[in-house]
Amino acid sequence: MATMPASASDLLKSFKLKTKQQELLIRVSILCLVYILAFITRLFSVLRYESMIHEFDPYFNYRTTLYLTENGFYDFWNWFDYESWYPLGRIVGGTLYPGLMVTAVLIYRILRFLRFAVHIREVCVLTAPFFASNTTLVAYFFGKEIWDSGAGLVAAILIAICPGYISRSVAGSYDNEGVAIFALLFTFYVFVKAVNTGSLAWSLASAFGYFYMVSAWGGYVFIINLIPLYVLVLLITGRYSMRLYVAYNCMYILGMLLAMQIRFVGFQHVQSGEHMAVMGVFFLMQVFYFLDWVKHMLSDTKLFQAFLRITVTCAVAVGGIALGLGMVSGYISPWTGRFYSLLDPTYAKDHIPIIASVSEHQPTAWSSFMFDFHILLFLFPAGLYFCFKRLSDATIFIVMYGLTSMYFAGVMVRLILVATPAVCLISAIAVSATVKNLTVLLRSKNKVVQTGSTKGSGGSKSSSKALLDQSQPFQKNGAIALLFGAFYLLSRYATHCTWVTSEAYSSPSIVLAARGAHGNRVIFDDYREAYFWLRQNTPQDAKVMSWWDYGYQITAMGNRTVIVDNNTWNNTHIATVGRAMSSYEDEAIEIIRSLDVDYVLVVFGGVTGYSSDDINKFLWMVRIGGGVFPVIKEPDYLVNGEYRVDKGAAPKMLNCLMYKLCYYRFGEMLTEYGKPPGYDRARGVEIGNKDVKLEHLEEAFTTSNWIVRIYRVKPPNNRCPHNVETPVVTHLGDVFPNGSNIHGQSGTCNPQNLGVCLDLLGLVDVNLGNAPTKPCCSLIEGLVDLEGAVCLCTAVRANVLGIHINLSISLSLLLRNCERKVATEYICGP
Amino acid sequence: MGKFWVIFVASISILLPFLCNSFSPETPTDRRVLVLLDDFAVKSSHSSYFNSLKLRGFDLDFKLADDPKIALQRYGQYLYDALILFCPSVERFGGSVDVAAIINFVDSGHDLIIAADVNASDLIREVATECGVDFDEDPSAMVIDHTGYAVSETEGDHTLIASDDFIKSDVIIGSKKIEVPVLFQGIGHSLNPVNSLVLKVLSASPSAYSANPLSKLSTPASLTGSAISLVSVVQARNNARILITGSLSMFSNRFFRSGVQKSGSSTKYEKSGNEQFLTELSKWIFHERGHLKAVNVKHHKVVETDEPALYRINDELEYSVEIYEWSGTSWEPYITDDVQVQFYMMSPYILKTLSNDKKGLYSASFKVPDVYGVFQFKVEYQKLGYTSLSLSKQIPVRPYRHNEYERFIPTAYPYYGAAFSTMAGFFIFSFVHLYNK
Repeated sequence: MATMPASASDLLKSFKLKTKQQELLIRVSILCLVYILAFITRLFSVLRYESMIHEFDPYFNYRTTLYLTENGFYDFWNWFDYESWYPLGRIVGGTLYPGLMVTAVLIYRILRFLRFAVHIREVCVLTAPFFASNTTLVAYFFGKEIWDSGAGLVAAILIAICPGYISRSVAGSYDNEGVAIFALLFTFYVFVKAVNTGSLAWSLASAFGYFYMVSAWGGYVFIINLIPLYVLVLLITGRYSMRLYVAYNCMYILGMLLAMQIRFVGFQHVQSGEHMAVMGVFFLMQVFYFLDWVKHMLSDTKLFQAFLRITVTCAVAVGGIALGLGMVSGYISPWTGRFYSLLDPTYAKDHIPIIASVSEHQPTAWSSFMFDFHILLFLFPAGLYFCFKRLSDATIFIVMYGLTSMYFAGVMVRLILVATPAVCLISAIAVSATVKNLTVLLRSKNKVVQTGSTKGSGGSKSSSKALLDQSQPFQKNGAIALLFGAFYLLSRYATHCTWVTSEAYSSPSIVLAARGAHGNRVIFDDYREAYFWLRQNTPQDAKVMSWWDYGYQITAMGNRTVIVDNNTWNNTHIATVGRAMSSYEDEAIEIIRSLDVDYVLVVFGGVTGYSSDDINKFLWMVRIGGGVFPVIKEPDYLVNGEYRVDKGAAPKMLNCLMYKLCYYRFGEMLTEYGKPPGYDRARGVEIGNKDVKLEHLEEAFTTSNWIVRIYRVKPPNNRCPHNVETPVVTHLGDVFPNGSNIHGQSGTCNPQNLGVCLDLLGLVDVNLGNAPTKPCCSLIEGLVDLEGAVCLCTAVRANVLGIHINLSISLSLLLRNCERKVATEYICGP
Repeated sequence: MGKFWVIFVASISILLPFLCNSFSPETPTDRRVLVLLDDFAVKSSHSSYFNSLKLRGFDLDFKLADDPKIALQRYGQYLYDALILFCPSVERFGGSVDVAAIINFVDSGHDLIIAADVNASDLIREVATECGVDFDEDPSAMVIDHTGYAVSETEGDHTLIASDDFIKSDVIIGSKKIEVPVLFQGIGHSLNPVNSLVLKVLSASPSAYSANPLSKLSTPASLTGSAISLVSVVQARNNARILITGSLSMFSNRFFRSGVQKSGSSTKYEKSGNEQFLTELSKWIFHERGHLKAVNVKHHKVVETDEPALYRINDELEYSVEIYEWSGTSWEPYITDDVQVQFYMMSPYILKTLSNDKKGLYSASFKVPDVYGVFQFKVEYQKLGYTSLSLSKQIPVRPYRHNEYERFIPTAYPYYGAAFSTMAGFFIFSFVHLYNK
């Protein structure tokens, strides 16, 4: 091995390559290495776990791909999926971007044709890394187009390992973005190429690139808004040219026609508000062309100025009126909520909780910028500086792309992905230009030193040269130091990227890994355990209700019908599920029955300490449910604005369906040494309601680490509807809205003191014989019979908001237990 | 070893007739009935009733309620199809039988007759409560009616009641009208108001009340008037049928044979209505009447015969179901005009009355609504006295495929014309522009 470099150089020498050829060879081999590197760095997840599909959305993509391979394209195109969104169903063919699936199946067919016996799952798992490799090639050519081939190479290397991109393209992350980033960058590259050359062929290529992007990801809206913005900037800065005219018009018209072939986009491309900018710029372009022609015809500049003013005013007015009419008549649909939330980051939080509830739609934290970009964050402004120094149509484009995408990356975490190629390209310019300048300095200095020493004569020139000579050692040393610094930074970048990829972005999130007490790796495979249980133990047409996060996984792995899933197209349906989860059991059962639900699935992390479980997501269910059904009110689940599950939790929280399902029989369990039973490890508290009783649901399956719990919906009671009341759980020491704690104080009717009795009222129907009635009875000892009843009634009504119990029965039972006679006619009104 | 074989074969040969005769969906009438008694004397004092059952082919197995050997099931198989509890005072059943066992017996589709009496034990009360009725809590209370009592030789305390307030259902109490009042003496009960399954078959008159006849009434009676039920039936959701009454003596030979004259009425009947009433009621309880079955649920497109996996919107389809009624010996076509089918997705989109061909075949044809989703064909037939039919069949409805739309729409011809003329025009223009110098 040691002889390899020597022999290689010998080989080079023996071939007697010229410098140019040598450079080409080096460039090609670097590109090849980068291509391979980009692929293998994404394989951590396969090595650590196994070759499997990750997370949530990829499972849907995988399921549709499987359908496509099995049933062919036409069935896929017309697929009506009745296993999701029960009972509404979903027209899958018309509501997805088919690019990813078609690509994977195409690769699969090609491999099959070449007699490689692969399974479609392996193809799906490796699609994203494959396209990431292709992206590096595009980045190289793009860099070459906007700066030089050196910048292209650096860009290819940077993007190959940039965590911002890896986060969405590791093996197994079979999502639209994996393909779409390639398509995005390719479209931009070809468009810039078209603008630079004015070639119809390149423009055509960009239209096809755009078509591929539209077929792959909803993020195509970014392209279709960025390009007109860029063109507008060029027009304003007086860079209008025939090249631009050809490139833009061809790309727009053809791209639009092609994009409209995707069913999910269809007429939106000419009707929705998000696509109007591109149309406006198209017309503006024609106006410019017309003006250019008029200018050519008219020789009088004054006349032309007047004409210009009139034409531009007219054009803008006509455009404005057309837009206004379109909006008013409803022909042009307004912007969607997602689009609004991009422009105004607070919009989603106030108006569309379903968008705000997704963690990847949150505004980006600084740390995640640092995490995803590392040194690129500092190189980015430097690159912008270089771009501004050498402004051209191409650099203006990359600057616009960089700035807009950085803004969007700040608004939403997931859009860091879109910004990554721009950041890599601009940083590559900075790195390449700096290194080039420094090396030029080093080289030229040597020459200068040589020339200076050979000539070495007097005069003003020579004195200035001597001055230069004196400064040269510092410059040289400085340059060397800076070069080393740059290499140090880049090597840090490489280390960081590898570390992030291996530690943070290669977890499939369907299988969880943790470190055991002895440093060994513990695997929690509960999700798959639960889904396979569903697949094997439930009837074929069983309906499973869960929060929408798990919908895709249940249909893909459990093969069972779900009520809602990750395609959040029907907010009301999701809100209905949210409402069921946040209601009392007997209210929830009505909803559950109306949806024909057979099983309810919840995800619970209290045993393992897994924090992204349903209890932590619960407030979003309340918010989304409350957004449609005002009966659900968020403050009912909070205590002084605080969300808690321990003894101090709100009564409604302690008795809602989600709480009951998560903590059913959890109170008996010892989770951690030295902690009381029922200690929730995910939230670090002892739960408040340990005696959870279920009436209409029964536990069907709980996975080995309790992460997934499945409940069966019981059929209605065979003989009669038992009306067992919802037990009210309150505790001594609870703070009630009036602000006073519960203490015993006998003799007078102080409703706030009777909290102990509330405990009893809840227990009455369960088991009165064993209920500790003493403390309660002693409280109402001093009161006359009727007074006692009234007092208790007020206590219940005043203290427990929205609690629904049959008071007259419970009260009379309780008072009888205290050996009091109750006036039979006394009814404690609601 | 050989000995065991003999025992095994013998037991099989003994059990086999029972196994073959047992209750099944095909022949819903009960065969094997366990009768639990407080005292074997009841067997003879109530022999008329038992004989009428035996004559109808039932196999009665009399046991004392506290017999330690009684068991309802063995090796997971129920040994009986129905249970008669003529043991009002039993405090504790023998063997493995308890309240839960009886309730499970009912919940697995078997029938039950409970006759309580004054001083009914807590155990019997508990069983009754589980079935949705509550006996008067006062253990010594009886139903007293000072205007509707049965006239007898002695003045008495008016606890022997002649009641003729029957439920109006031919299915439950037979098509032959019961002319003679029924004698009742015992404890009254009330129905659980939230229980919609329990029905009052024989209710007390408005002047009746429930109290201890021996003591003076100090507080108002808790049960009064027609809220008191004398005989109630329950048809559980799984079609198990339960009869509950507070009088064991109404089944007795004495009451069967005795004449009856209701106070205030001049007509005196030679024989009370008890025999007719209770026999007819037992026919209902033991599924000799009012038991329906629905078979051959079919649906298909109008012109086809095969059942599709899913429909398209606006398809024309036919739905049919055959409904039969059990006559006690065979399945007869059930003929009525009020069976409806729903095409249901969260709410019914189509509700249509099925027409029948007088041979039990019900059918309807309709057009699938212009809405896609997962629909259900639902038949929810609940008629007083009949077993409830609840059929639902899931069927997805898909939208049009891409090639099922009309290819050329007449109204769009101007657009087609415009498109093609533009293309032609552009071609000519290019040609002229390029070659016309």
